[in-house]
Amino acid sequence: MSEFNSRDTAAFKGVWVFCEQREGAIMSTSYQLLSEGRKLANDLGVELCGVLLGHNMGEGAVKALGGYGADRVYLCDHPLLETYTTDGYTKVICDLVAEKKPEIFLIGATNIGRDLGPRCAARLHTGLTADCTHLDVDVAKYKEFLKTTSTIDVDNTVFEENTNLKMTRPAFGGHLMATIICPRFRPQMSTVRPGVMQTQPYDEAGAAKTVIDRVAVQLSKEDIHVDVLEVKKAAKKLVDLIGADVVVSVGRGISKDVAKGIALAEELADALGGVVGASRAVVDAGWITSDHQVGQTGKTVHPKIYVALGISGAIQHKAGMQDSECIIAVNKNESAPIFEVASYGITGDLFKVTPMLTEAIRALKASK
Amino acid sequence: MKLIVCVKQVPDTSGVVAVKEDGTMDRAAMDTITNHDDLAAVEAALQIKDATGCKVVVISMGPPPAEGMLRELLARGCDEAVLVSAREFGGSDTYATSQILAAAIKKVGVEEDDIILCGRQAIDGDTAQVGPQIAEKLHVPQVSYAADIQVEGKTVTVKRLLEDGYMTLKVQTPCLITCVKELNQPRYMSVGGIMEAYSKPYAVYNFETLKDDPLIDLDTIGLKGSPTNVYKSFSPPVKGAGMMLEGAGKEACEKLVALLDAKHLI
Amino acid sequence: MDFHLSKEQEMLRKMYREFAQNEVKPLAEEVDEKEMFPEETVKKMAKLGMMGIYFPKEYGGAGADVLSYAMCVEELAKVCGTTAVIVSSHTSLCCAPIFENGTDEQKAKYLPKLCSGQWLGAFGLTEPGAGTDAQGQQTTAVLDAKGENWILNGSKIFITNAGYANVFIIIAITGVTTDKRGRTKKEISAFIVERTDPGFSVGKHEKKMGIRGSSTCELIMEDCVIPKDRLLGKQGKGFNLAMATLDGGRIGIASQALGLGEGAIEEAIAYTKERVQFGRRISQFQNTQFQLADMHTRMQAAQFLVYSAAMKKQNHEPYSMDAAMAKLFAAEAASDVTRRAVQLFGGYGYTREYPVERMMRDAKITEIYEGTSEVQRMVISSNLGVK
Repeated sequence: MSEFNSRDTAAFKGVWVFCEQREGAIMSTSYQLLSEGRKLANDLGVELCGVLLGHNMGEGAVKALGGYGADRVYLCDHPLLETYTTDGYTKVICDLVAEKKPEIFLIGATNIGRDLGPRCAARLHTGLTADCTHLDVDVAKYKEFLKTTSTIDVDNTVFEENTNLKMTRPAFGGHLMATIICPRFRPQMSTVRPGVMQTQPYDEAGAAKTVIDRVAVQLSKEDIHVDVLEVKKAAKKLVDLIGADVVVSVGRGISKDVAKGIALAEELADALGGVVGASRAVVDAGWITSDHQVGQTGKTVHPKIYVALGISGAIQHKAGMQDSECIIAVNKNESAPIFEVASYGITGDLFKVTPMLTEAIRALKASK
Repeated sequence: MKLIVCVKQVPDTSGVVAVKEDGTMDRAAMDTITNHDDLAAVEAALQIKDATGCKVVVISMGPPPAEGMLRELLARGCDEAVLVSAREFGGSDTYATSQILAAAIKKVGVEEDDIILCGRQAIDGDTAQVGPQIAEKLHVPQVSYAADIQVEGKTVTVKRLLEDGYMTLKVQTPCLITCVKELNQPRYMSVGGIMEAYSKPYAVYNFETLKDDPLIDLDTIGLKGSPTNVYKSFSPPVKGAGMMLEGAGKEACEKLVALLDAKHLI
Repeated sequence: MDFHLSKEQEMLRKMYREFAQNEVKPLAEEVDEKEMFPEETVKKMAKLGMMGIYFPKEYGGAGADVLSYAMCVEELAKVCGTTAVIVSSHTSLCCAPIFENGTDEQKAKYLPKLCSGQWLGAFGLTEPGAGTDAQGQQTTAVLDAKGENWILNGSKIFITNAGYANVFIIIAITGVTTDKRGRTKKEISAFIVERTDPGFSVGKHEKKMGIRGSSTCELIMEDCVIPKDRLLGKQGKGFNLAMATLDGGRIGIASQALGLGEGAIEEAIAYTKERVQFGRRISQFQNTQFQLADMHTRMQAAQFLVYSAAMKKQNHEPYSMDAAMAKLFAAEAASDVTRRAVQLFGGYGYTREYPVERMMRDAKITEIYEGTSEVQRMVISSNLGVK
């Protein structure tokens, strides 16, 4: 690390993706990031590398990273890397970055990625942009992106031409979008929100030709200052909002009878073959667990059908669901902002409307 | 033992959000609150104080009006407060902020058996970066996403949240822990606490106070010292309004279902 | 007069408001519906120092001032009239007379437990035959033969907090005096009675129109024996003590009325901005706007009177008339404003789905207890020298 100079930007080449594994299984976020990283590497004409830390990882899992776009996999195998620790992972990654000097380093914004990213960036003296939802290096592509997602008059705005990584993320709970750059230091680091980037189809040929680079890991017990006593999966199966085709969410409108409101949403979700989500207000009030939360601070979803029951539509909620294919809103207040993004709206009491809607769907399904 | 808690005053984005003509947030027109996760960190500290009688110091970087928030935290039971505030610190990104806060924490003094607590992330930026970056600058171990904290002498056992479960970790002091709001239910200020809030030790650290720390260099703090800059900021467009159905009865529901069916959504 | 709140008072207001919104408001409907005394809420308030706000720390109080106490009752009443009167009765009618009239021993014995909320307090003056006519007392207290104990006999009615209180200030007749012209007059004294004293019991629980969760009961003393040192203040000075206590109590009840009116306005503003009739939000109709303007103006005027009385008490200035004016005006304003709020809500306002009908029922009592509005007018006019 001593000779490492993050200001010597010209010395840095290549796009890296941190490929997170838990208990030997690669997280799906890693595939999303490789797919996205592939595009950036192509735009820059550089190599895409996956960085995998673990112990005794299966050959198939390593090769699979190539199937999602990695030209090269830096495989850091060490018994102390089997389970994530901030200290162990930070040291190995920073050593590798110092040696190989990538220009872009993407990390999934999982609970682990968001622990690791900042620690690495601070050690490497470079910038890190958190929880990004869009990445570009090419200005022309960035302008195309702005045309559909912003109110900026793109054609009459001056954009500085450069190949810096343009990292776009929601700010202030989704009220504003900010595109961040890190022009003076390398690597340009970003944590990327899970579920946002699309995974490209698996490519057998890519998997076959990916180069596996086994890294000589320098790590000892003394480097790690925490003891992992146990890793436990939650006993209750958490709701899979991101993977669901239909999400039926409840908001503050259920306050009159919380238990009934949630039960009605569950019935509707069941009829539609979906899961139950919730606004932040509902989670903050403790009416439902936080794994159900949709929005800026919760999960970003884009199901086929999103039903918002008694959700006023605060911008930070909309940030997490407005890209859904079809949005149905039920709210007593006809001027609720949720109707601004809804494909279909019903002004009415969710306690009355929801059962009728469930009934109508069941009737339709029965007739088919 | 002493506990140092980092807190941030943030605009309340859960209520009415004021946006200026140019699309930036009108912070002056919005209510400010103590960041939720930070309140969980304060409560965690106060619970440890209740059990051990240790001292709790709250520290915040922000403009002078953040004093009000710090006084409220003193009213909840914290013992001392430090406001880190200077023109030179303005415009700092997370990297630069962590440099400054780390220097301020060193000024307060980190001893063998101390613990630094932060909220996981602030609702205005949602970065979750400052805590781990402070830990790096102070060369202490970190545990983020804490959902349970047990302190026994110099050993701290933390339940760290993962998306699909949790991890239990043991770490020695001094260390830094970031807390999630699910960790606890923050206590209220008490009447007696409020009456004492303005007589407890309160300090302001400005550039002069911290400038001798090697972390504080005009090149590594403030807007100029921040590795990241804003390239563009913009407001998301309002999606065109969809179709409002007539009425809220059985007919409206059946019509909606028919529309969904026609689009092959069901 | 300076109406600028101190930084501490501003912070207290914020804390009371947060507490009221999060802890008191969610229970208010149940407290009313089930006539439920909010015991858990009282415990929480005790922990936060809300049961002894303006008493010194040496007695377990929080060391704040009378205005800070008035604001507490006000903020509680915005969401729950019952919870507000529990604090008001406890503070003004039990803690205050002990603090103001008690011996060092009495203060040391009772105040720390009362101010910390470990014990709840109440006050017994009213009797079946002595309401507004407080001189018509029947309850007696006589010293026993050895002169060691007082023996109390009689009953008190409509006693707030009775079912849960541990300490009661009881007004009783200790003798009859004859003046120079030969007219007899009852000698009235005050006593501290504990719930566990032999011969003391709590009787019938009243079913009320409003503040339904407050525990309003009868107190029965049948040869109730209490030690001699329970006499509060000087023997024969009990009537003055009771009247002075009620002066302070009126600040509490005025604050309760103030909060009820303000709470109803908050509800009405929120509702009228939501409710649509004739294609417009009803807040867009001038009638709604003017009604709310009048309602707010009345409550604002009430607030000035209430805060002014609280500040005068704090500064040890005469405040008897101020407290009477504050209570008279705030109570009548609260009744009017809550009634108008129900009207703005229309049919929904009359249902229990919304809190304004409860607020209207709660507000009515503020014109009656701790001196009816007629009594307040008597106090004010006599202070004006109009006889």
